[in-house]
Amino acid sequence: MRNPAKLLTTAASVIALFGTISVVPVTASAEEASVIEQGKKLAFDRKKGNCLACHQIEGGKLAGNIGPPLIAMKARFPDKAKLRAQIYDPRKNNPNTIMPPFGPHHILTDDEIDKITEFVHSL
Amino acid sequence: MKKIALLATAILTVGIAPIAAQATPEDDLKAFRAYFKKRFPNTPFEEFANGNYAKGIAPEDKRNQWLEAEEFPPYELPLEKGKTLFNTPFKNGKTYASCFKNGGKGIRQYYPYYDPKTKQVKTLEQEINECRVKNGEKPLKWKKGDIAAISAYMAYTSRGKPLSIKVPNDPDALAWYERGKHHFYAKRGQLNMACADCHMYNAGNRIRADLLSPALGHPTGFPVYRAKWGSLGTMHRRFGGCNKQVRAKPFKAQSDEYKALEYFLNYMSNGLAVNAPSYRQ
Ligand code: HEC
Ligand code: HEC
Repeated sequence: MRNPAKLLTTAASVIALFGTISVVPVTASAEEASVIEQGKKLAFDRKKGNCLACHQIEGGKLAGNIGPPLIAMKARFPDKAKLRAQIYDPRKNNPNTIMPPFGPHHILTDDEIDKITEFVHSL
Repeated sequence: MKKIALLATAILTVGIAPIAAQATPEDDLKAFRAYFKKRFPNTPFEEFANGNYAKGIAPEDKRNQWLEAEEFPPYELPLEKGKTLFNTPFKNGKTYASCFKNGGKGIRQYYPYYDPKTKQVKTLEQEINECRVKNGEKPLKWKKGDIAAISAYMAYTSRGKPLSIKVPNDPDALAWYERGKHHFYAKRGQLNMACADCHMYNAGNRIRADLLSPALGHPTGFPVYRAKWGSLGTMHRRFGGCNKQVRAKPFKAQSDEYKALEYFLNYMSNGLAVNAPSYRQ
């Protein structure tokens, strides 16, 4: 036998639950989305990251093939800090790399590197 | 005892290190060629003279387009002008031919060369201007225009002749060579890239849409006619452009730095035939 009162509470909690799910993540992901969007712009901008000079990236045109395609980045960099470190100064991993030292040579600011990191991690 | 042993080691290290570190130009040349042979196994040696249009490096359609462009090349007019300028006497009645061996014909392959008298590396463009000044004319501007046209004509009379650059076993000549070599391999500019990063380790790869040419063969087509320039340009013009790309301050055309770089690059391409002027996108 169903208890209508109980059903109601269940429904309410389901609504509450969905509410929680739909409200909180929406605001978070909207913010995230805008950071990712900004990161993407910076990454594609020839005067900023110009990552496309060397890396294939989804959504980018006329990409070079000097570096590996930037795909499945969460799998390759579960640790976001490691990804950031690679973008900040790739010489730490490969002293002779052609990839520019974006941080130490002030090609990008810390904030720009943060945003690019968010974008690249989303790929 | 221990001290003596230590001292002996120190002397040994000092004594050996320079020998091991200082590869001769001949050693460098062998290693350089071997590197590109391995990187491009389907490119015959003489094809490297064609830059990024070479067989085994360029995609077929890009190579064919270039071969077609070379049939009716856009450098025909400046080349013709270079010939006229070369043959037109100065006000004193003398011509360029009077300043060069063999009347200036068929000698491109020996440039640049080390001149023991002045302890300088001399480039062809430099001697074109020296010839003018000696004969009471004003020097031409470097990089493009008349000097590139004259240089192109002189190179044209040398087509097919293999580059024959010598680095004599003389400390000053070797210093010039080492300076050029250093420029080629050293990281520079805000972007921290060496010529070798693009034209050796990534030759044949694309940076954005541009296919990177191998450094082996770089000099043979210069001065080149570049569509992007819409005119002929000397090697030093290109060096400046490539320095700027990595946000490094370019050196002046005909500066010692670029003369040394040209000396090194031309030596590395010894044996490849002059095919200047050449067309580039
Ligand atoms: C001039 C070439 C070049 C540019 C520009 C460049 N990279 Fe790289 N990148 C490389 C190369 C080459 C590697 C391979 C590792 C190495 O040699 O250091 C690499 C590696 C990476 C890696 C590690 C990939 C992996 O799976 O290990 C990441 C992440 C990366 N680059 C991100 C970026 C971002 C983001 C930008 C722009 C802000 C950028 N790169 C710009 C050449 C470049
Ligand atoms: C960031 C990458 C990069 C660097 C670093 C670089 N170049 Fe280039 N270079 C290019 C591109 C792209 C081209 C045009 C396509 C081609 O021919 O390779 C080019 C063209 C050239 C050419 C003309 C080749 C031809 O056949 O027309 C020469 C010569 C040259 N570079 C020399 C140098 C020298 C010397 C240095 C160092 C001072 C250097 N480059 C550094 C990217 C680079």
